[in-house]
Amino acid sequence: MVAIKSVLVKLTTLGSIIALCHPVHGSAGTLPEERADALYHSYDGGGVKVDGPSVLVRKNLGNSTSVYGNYYVDHVSSASIDVVTQGSPYQEEREEKSVGVNYLKGDVTMNLAYTHSAESDYTANSANFKISQDMFGDLSTISLGYARGWDTVQKNGQPDFSESVSRNNYQLELSQILTKNALLGVSFEAVTDEGYLNNPYRSARYLDPSKPLGYSFEPEIYPRTHTSSAVTVQARYYLPYRAALHGEFRVYGDSWGVKAHNAQIDYTHPAGNGWTFELRYRMYSQTAADFYSDLFPRLSSQNFLARDKELSTMTNHTAGVGVSYEFTQRAWRYIDKGSLNLYYDHIEFDYADYRDISVADGAGDEPLYQFSADVIRLYLSLWY
Amino acid sequence: MNRRFHNGILLISACLIVTACGMEPWVKPYERAHLADPIMSGERNPVADAYMRHVYQAREGARGAEGGGGGGCGCN
Repeated sequence: MVAIKSVLVKLTTLGSIIALCHPVHGSAGTLPEERADALYHSYDGGGVKVDGPSVLVRKNLGNSTSVYGNYYVDHVSSASIDVVTQGSPYQEEREEKSVGVNYLKGDVTMNLAYTHSAESDYTANSANFKISQDMFGDLSTISLGYARGWDTVQKNGQPDFSESVSRNNYQLELSQILTKNALLGVSFEAVTDEGYLNNPYRSARYLDPSKPLGYSFEPEIYPRTHTSSAVTVQARYYLPYRAALHGEFRVYGDSWGVKAHNAQIDYTHPAGNGWTFELRYRMYSQTAADFYSDLFPRLSSQNFLARDKELSTMTNHTAGVGVSYEFTQRAWRYIDKGSLNLYYDHIEFDYADYRDISVADGAGDEPLYQFSADVIRLYLSLWY
Repeated sequence: MNRRFHNGILLISACLIVTACGMEPWVKPYERAHLADPIMSGERNPVADAYMRHVYQAREGARGAEGGGGGGCGCN
């Protein structure tokens, strides 16, 4: 917490520097577009199927205020490797509601938002505030953000189990016009969590020669604090024949010993008559947490124990395609234009120290786990 | 590592900002037609992009600086 407070003080100092050197001029920022989006999303991979709708509506109130609301649902049907080997397949639903307001005054945009997410055994709330300032003839935009989250963790089948988590996010972003055709963005985010950070259903595995398979399970134990930093650099470039190239790179490190990086490149190609095509590739790589092991040497071998595959050494690769059709429809009374969009992504996950124990092959000699997932996004957008 | 990392980032950001204080805009407002084209917008697909961030957040150890609002997603 002390480190994060120190970061907050420095962010405030940086904000003061910005305010002191900001030249006064009369140009203005802009509010987000008035639009509505209705999305159907589907994820299918590793024995997990998640699908559902997401609806976002944004509306201006006068010339300086924009309000929005988002309703999102996950219908989850899970028979993942964790569930198959340590529990029973289950179905559940997660519902998320968000509301927010953007306020524009001169070169400054402020955003205030609140999100509530609920499922049978987890409730998450977060409030965030962000302030953005256009500077230097609107060549640069700098943003400072803070989000506060408070969650309640429960466990199905144990009504008296209830734990809490508090979260703090600190964000600093810079968007910069480089040339007539190029934009650069740099963002930094520090996150600190405190509370019950385990998944209450998951277990760690340890060697147990007395068992036929050679191992047993014990409850995971995570540290009760987690602090992380991430920096992303991204660039967009306008190609001469009206196409766009986007690339980004992120580095990440946290107090649990996870180090990660990911890189992404996107190509957007308008083909005329309202059609736009997109191609995308993303790679992600991380090291394991300090207290992660696929197979601990004995019961209670260390203070903290984790066997979550999300904390293991892993890589994944995503290849995606998208197509959009935009139509102008002045015959509809309140609609200026709309677009119909379909995106498909294929993700391959490979784990370097997480084994597939659904295959009995001697403790610690099971094959390394890997799986692939298909992600579909189909949505209609309307501008009014 | 984190403290040095934070200090470095903040120092670089402050230097960039202070240096830029004395600059004239080198891309004039009337030269920004390409940058204003919707295909150059990072917020062209707000709902679809937020969904992909959620897909990765739930399955990867890294978090933050993805461009979203931040805060808990209830996906542990």
